[in-house]
Amino acid sequence: MKKLINDPRAVVDESVEGFGLAHADLVTVNADPKYVTRKDAPVAGKVGLVSGGGSGHEPLHAGFVGRGMLDAAVPGAVFTSPTPDQIIPATLAVNSGAGVVHIVKNYTGDVLNFETAAEMAQAEGVEVRTVLVNDDVAVEDSLYTAGRRGVGGTVLVEKIAGAAAERGDDLDAVAAIGDRVNQNVRTMGVALSACTVPHAGSPSFDLADNEIEIGIGIHGEPGRHKIAMENADGITNRLLEPILSDLGMAMGEKVLLFVNGMGGTPLSELYIVYRRAAQILAERGIAVERSLVGNYITSLEMQGCSVSVLRLDDEMTALWDAPVHTPALRWGV
Amino acid sequence: MGLDVTWAVKWLTLSAQAMAEHRVELIELDRAIGDSDHGENMDRGFQAVLDKLAESPPETPGAALKLTAMALMSKVGGAAGPLYGTAFLRAATTLGDAAYVDAPVLAAALAAARDGIVARGKAEAGDKTMVDAWTPAAEAAAAAAADGDTLAVLIAAAEAAEAGAVATDPLVARKGRASYLGERSAGHRDPGAASSALILRAAAGAAA
Repeated sequence: MKKLINDPRAVVDESVEGFGLAHADLVTVNADPKYVTRKDAPVAGKVGLVSGGGSGHEPLHAGFVGRGMLDAAVPGAVFTSPTPDQIIPATLAVNSGAGVVHIVKNYTGDVLNFETAAEMAQAEGVEVRTVLVNDDVAVEDSLYTAGRRGVGGTVLVEKIAGAAAERGDDLDAVAAIGDRVNQNVRTMGVALSACTVPHAGSPSFDLADNEIEIGIGIHGEPGRHKIAMENADGITNRLLEPILSDLGMAMGEKVLLFVNGMGGTPLSELYIVYRRAAQILAERGIAVERSLVGNYITSLEMQGCSVSVLRLDDEMTALWDAPVHTPALRWGV
Repeated sequence: MGLDVTWAVKWLTLSAQAMAEHRVELIELDRAIGDSDHGENMDRGFQAVLDKLAESPPETPGAALKLTAMALMSKVGGAAGPLYGTAFLRAATTLGDAAYVDAPVLAAALAAARDGIVARGKAEAGDKTMVDAWTPAAEAAAAAAADGDTLAVLIAAAEAAEAGAVATDPLVARKGRASYLGERSAGHRDPGAASSALILRAAAGAAA
């Protein structure tokens, strides 16, 4: 294992410290307990948006803290959810009296810790709503699992709900639009290689040179099945098909197409995937109105990508276009 | 008489030792069906428990378990933090401020811990989770409590938990991160059941 680290146990602390130094104009880092808030938090009259999860998914979540997106992000240990003693003070710190929305990815640890924190924050007098993100179509049989995972769609929920909060929507409205994005987005991922968690020292699953994992989540956990390596178009076909059938997309609908890198795949390859995904959508008469390509929700240095399709309506499109100014996403300002 | 705070502190100390010793093994179990963090998180959590015990020595077994619950909840993260936190908190509530724990109360505390894990995680026996260690442990403890010996209760619980953990090997996971693997989760031991067995073995070891 070769990594640019000092001590496996100091990875998150040192990384968050560097993040704070690099983006001191946008964010404030609280070291203990660890959380990141936007510089001007709490913003008077505005609903606060808090998300969080394991580290190793950068720029998610701290990279999306700032005007028009998150008010606070709570980083856990690598691939491990944060704990209530971090989430509660982050929630209190961004509450201006208008309440706080927690955006939670549907992983058991994230759900349990945010649930506990929400109860405690409510006991402190803060109104909390939770938007649970579960956009992963790889999990087919949700009756017998902990449900679908929250993956790439999380970025889109954070952007659109963040814009709604920024324009002054109230607590229930911000949560409602977050839910609406979640209901209309589906994601499927593929890994060409595993990643290595710093404290574990060995790759999180084994893949032969000619194998890929289809249907991965974002924690270096294995996917639904292994198949032999194919070319980019073949893999993209496999990712798009379950998304489109699950969404029940019809001709004439408008979408946002998001191709996300897992950390170890160059942008050139992500654009090859985007090319094929856009072709498939065009063949089906679906209009790609907006797009996003890059590393936004990663799994350390894993090679691979996920594709997300969000069915857009006019309000979601307008909120997507609204100004955003964060370390990892910025436009309109 | 019965078990006192010295037993509780020794239990937690032995648990911390077990987590440090089995850290790599738990990471490997979790690597097979999860995300490789369980051994690291449990080791970090129980080291925090030792720090808390040194900082503010508890006066009763219940106080020791409550302190453990808080430390695990705030340091472990993931699903294991809230699940173990809830288990220790419910057990602590059952023990109350009594200076000594007898066999029936001990069995009741283990049952309360199991119920807490079930309530928090919404898993049931057979889902391939820590419930598969705690349910047989609580049942064996209740059966052993009849003859009134705390050591017998803890040994019965530890042995049942170990057998329960082994019995998770062929199961298909239906809760937690391993559930996303479906059939591919079969053939691997559940890491939460494995760490639960270690903790209950430590409880028996501390009473011996």
